[in-house]
Order: sequence, then structure tokens, then C-alpha cells
Amino acid sequence: MTTVFTPMARTLPSHRQDLAAHERTHGGSPLAAFSGAEGRRRFVAEVGAADLRGRGGAGFPTARKLAAVQGRRAVVVANGCEGDPLSHKDNALLTLAPHLVLDGVQLAAQAVAATEAVLCVHRGSTAIASVLAALAERRDPTPVRVVEIPPRYVASEESALVNYLTTGDARPAGKEPRPAERGVGGRPTLVDNVDTLAQLALVARTGADAYRRSRTDLVTVGGAVRGPGVVEVQAGLPISDLLVRAGGAIEPVQAVLVGGYGGTWLPWAATGTHLGAVPGIASVYVLPVSACGLHFTAKMLAQLAGESARQCGPCMFGLPAIAGDFAALVQGDTDAVARLDRRLPLVTGRGACAHPDGAVRLGATALGVFRDDVTSHVRHRRCLTRARRAA
Amino acid sequence: MTGHRLTVDPIGCRAHGLCAEALPEAIGLDEWGYPVLANGPVPPGLVAEARRAAAACPALALRLRKVH
Repeated sequence: MTTVFTPMARTLPSHRQDLAAHERTHGGSPLAAFSGAEGRRRFVAEVGAADLRGRGGAGFPTARKLAAVQGRRAVVVANGCEGDPLSHKDNALLTLAPHLVLDGVQLAAQAVAATEAVLCVHRGSTAIASVLAALAERRDPTPVRVVEIPPRYVASEESALVNYLTTGDARPAGKEPRPAERGVGGRPTLVDNVDTLAQLALVARTGADAYRRSRTDLVTVGGAVRGPGVVEVQAGLPISDLLVRAGGAIEPVQAVLVGGYGGTWLPWAATGTHLGAVPGIASVYVLPVSACGLHFTAKMLAQLAGESARQCGPCMFGLPAIAGDFAALVQGDTDAVARLDRRLPLVTGRGACAHPDGAVRLGATALGVFRDDVTSHVRHRRCLTRARRAA
Repeated sequence: MTGHRLTVDPIGCRAHGLCAEALPEAIGLDEWGYPVLANGPVPPGLVAEARRAAAACPALALRLRKVH
């Protein structure tokens, strides 16, 4: 018997669950248990005790976000856009367990006294049919509408979603005012990732203590593994073990990219760490020894530069410059590293959203992890990949 | 301790560069002409000039804020 793949079907079932199947697995709606002002307070306290953190990449404590939304006619925005090409967990969740997400939407709406909820997915998302079918089965107190967002990388950033729902412009609008204070249509707004909302539905049913004991993560594992896809694993598992859950590596591993496109490169030797220690979304991309990390990074940086909303100077000019430097580095330009050393530290924190910060993190960690490749490209105008393939 | 801090609205900024001329001690320009602010609060002796720098911004993107 193989022991490779042991799904811990807690959040993610193997087949789509309609309402009846969902309730057989998880029990009925936990909404009534947390109704009224006292119930709301108890719910936020429970989420705090569960130490639930946002699963869209930022990792902000969810209880604090819930508590920050005060005032009349609040709105809940469920973010299921998943703009990062290296993440598929939100899509899997909306496709297979739409009712868990929708339970979470209702719980969040009740907790912040929202009168309306919006579930955002990228235009043409394959999860839409599942979500609409699930909504048709339910009788929820808070109405939920599904809105399709332009399929751009930065369009699903929190302020961009609020901006789109308010004005039709899907570009980030900056850190202030915060959505909790002035969000969709000027109303207090809670924006949470759909995975975070699904976790709310689990916390409400099991209680904080049981939730913490059996907490799982949904992780997208891609690249050089036998079974790329979304795996559900016990939280805190070393990154190297995640590869095993995805069927194991198909060839020797050189490095992994953790956290999606704006993520962190880690050498294989550093994969004993767990996902929670690395910023960004729960995504692991496995780079085999036969691939060139610099080529790969240069390609990704060019894509990230192309995805800039072109509103903030450091992003609209900085990212193409950095992407150009990386492409030049791959070609053996001896000055490229000096330019990158100057430019990379200059861009972080200077955009209205974290898009440029992620690109810098990708580039800066690549220079560190692939430093032997840098030397070979620049000094010998040679890619190490061929040498490694031959070895 | 109360002090003053400069912030730039990155969406509003149009790289006019007047701020760096008005307050070179605390504002530099990157190679594309966008301001790079010195870390931390504005030194007390420069607050009046920082206020002038903020007022000089044609895009109203530079702001001087009191922090506590």
C-alpha cells in the first residue's frame, strides 16, 4: 500500500459537496449559535482564541479584522479571485466545498452586522457554476451576490476589490482609508479570503480548542512533483514534507519558491522550515536541478512588471527596470548585479499595494539562492544548467 | 514623543521633484524622479521647511503629519 498521499479531508473533500453532503460531513449551520450582540462578541473571541490568520497572503489576525468593522450597513467581501498563477487552493475550495465558504460568509456577515455580501471571483472562473449552484440551494439571512473581477494580478488586492465594487476601476487605491472604515460604497467593509472564511465555518463548529488541535493548511504544490495540485496537510508541516504529499519530486530538487509569484526562494537545504515562517500565499513551486533559477525568475519578473497597474512610479518604472536587469544578467551582463543591488532595495514599500514588494522579494532571494548561477552567467557567460544535467 | 512625519501618496505623485528641491536633507529622488523619503520623523529643525515642501507639491501628494 502506498503511504504517499493521505488527504486529511477536513476542509477540502475529494468530490464536490452539495448542501446535503456538506451537512452530513460538517453538521448544520452554526449561525444560530452566535446570534445577537452577545453571540457576535463570543464569535470574535472564539476566532481570536483559534489564532486564525488571513489566508490570502497577508496573514493578519482575522479576529482583529472582524472587530475593526463597526457601524451600520456593513459589507462582507469574500475574495476568491486568487490572482497568483501558482495558487489554486481558493478555486479548489469554491469548486469542491462551496458551502463551507458560504457558511463562513454568513458567519462573518453576522459578526460584523453586514446587510450584504459579495463573493468575488476572476472573470470566467471555473468555480462560478459550483458557487451559483450552492447559493441556489441555501436560504441565507444575508444576501450574497457573485461578482466577476477583471483577471489581472493586482485586481484582487483588497483596496482594488473595494475600488472595483465601488467605482468599476479594478486598480489598488492605497492603504487609506482602510476598508473597515470606508469600503464598498463608503460602507464599513470586511474583505477576507475565501479560505479564511471556510476556516471561520470550521472554528464555529468545533470551537477554538479543537480547531487548533486539528488545524490544516491548503497548499498548492507545483513544479517538479509527481502529483502537482492542492494538498491539505496538518499545519506546521515542514515544506519538504509537502512535496511528499504531492507525490514526491520527479528529479533532484534545487530550490523551492514559497509564497507565489511575489514569494521567497529557498534552497533545498532550507526546506525543513514550515510555511507559516515564510510570507505570502500557501504555495510551493519545486525547481529541479535541471532548471535555471535565474531564467525562471527573469521570466516571472517580466510577467510581474507587466501586471503593474501603472499608477505608482516605483512600480511602473522600477519593475520593468528590475526585470530588464535580470534578463541582462541571464545574458551575462557584468553590470546587471550592481544595478540590481542598487534598485532592489529602493522599490519596497513605495507602492500603493504590495505588488512591487513581492517582485523585489522574488528577485532579491533569487540572487542569494542562485548565487553560483549568477557567477557562472556573469563570469563564464554560461548557464550552470547544462553542467548540472551532465553531472 | 510627538513629531512630524512625511508621507507620499504613491498614486498621486507625478515626479515633479519640487519636494526634493525644497527639502534635500530629507527627500532624495530615485532615477525615475520619484521621491525617496528619509526614514523616521522629520528633525524638529526641518519641520518648517518640510511644511513648505509639502505645500510645493503640485500633485498634493506629499503630506506632513503629526505623529504621537
